Amino acid sequence: MSQFVAKLESAFGEKILGKKEFRGEHTVLVELSALHDVMVHCKEQLGFDFLVDICSVDHESVHPRFEMVYELASVDDSQHLRVKAPVAEDEDVQSVVDIWKTADWHEREVYDMMGIKFTDHPNLKRILMWEGYPYHPLRKEFPLAGKPTEMPDVAFTGVAPMEGGPFVTSSTATDTVAREPRAKGES
Amino acid sequence: MVSPDPNSTNFAYDSKIEGNVTFTQLDAAINWMRKNSLWPMPMGLACCAIELMATASSRYDISRFGAEVMRFSPRQADVMIVAGTVTYKMALAVKRVWDQMPEPKWCIAMGACASSGGMYRSYATLQGIDKLIPVDVYISGCPPRPEALIEGLMKLQDKIDKEESTMDLKRMPEPEQV
Repeated sequence: MSQFVAKLESAFGEKILGKKEFRGEHTVLVELSALHDVMVHCKEQLGFDFLVDICSVDHESVHPRFEMVYELASVDDSQHLRVKAPVAEDEDVQSVVDIWKTADWHEREVYDMMGIKFTDHPNLKRILMWEGYPYHPLRKEFPLAGKPTEMPDVAFTGVAPMEGGPFVTSSTATDTVAREPRAKGES
Repeated sequence: MVSPDPNSTNFAYDSKIEGNVTFTQLDAAINWMRKNSLWPMPMGLACCAIELMATASSRYDISRFGAEVMRFSPRQADVMIVAGTVTYKMALAVKRVWDQMPEPKWCIAMGACASSGGMYRSYATLQGIDKLIPVDVYISGCPPRPEALIEGLMKLQDKIDKEESTMDLKRMPEPEQV
């Protein structure tokens, strides 16, 4: 077991909901209320000075629905730690911009694509879609083809023709012709 | 070349009249000038723009077709080359640039994305720039080779050659309202 996971467990005890190791990568699942404290601890005590990425997962039918994923690394000795926290649909997440400045745009993307709100974020507005776009496109219930919207003089969206799609590739296919992405049921 | 028959109508150039005078149709002259000085508005939005740059530089060299003068101001451009994925966020900006280009103007949809949305059948991508502005020439490819863009440009030149450029001049004036 990673020394970092052990240190986190001794420091936070009950707040650590789970841990996992897969091919040398360590993941800890923490309670949302303790997330910010864990992150401060990771940076100040464990030396994770580099926030590689923030992403979010939509489990749709599971409660709590969302999950925040933070990828931490330390530059000097190449350590890696993944911290996850479950987020219910009505819950906000404490921003980590005060710990790592780079979290600013990552959290804006999570807000834009998944609709998870962050408290104490300095500039929480959409980053990819425009202000006023009514949906959060990476949520599971949002169709890949999109939904029609109209904001005169700003932007509009339409519905993409799927023509039997979405188009998937078959990773087990032997040759490149068979690997071509195609609609399900279409040969 | 001096025409043997002075009453013939098919002589084009008479060195006896003057050294540098050519007779032709007005339409043909205007179209010839237009098609050989197509100044592109490079609307480079994705990887197709790289091929567009390659087409403009020395190896492929679209200055051979009079189209090397990339104008980043739409007011000086004749042909908009939409090179790349048009996202909905960018779509109205492309339309706005197109609207700022003076007539006569043409549009080349370069590559699969600009022509039809390409592989991006999703909520974020406009499914072809022809949903917003009229397109004269579509070029297939992802991205197209520079040769394909040159072929498209030559197709556009052929198209311009057949236009009736003096049509507006010939039109009868509106009768005055009494």
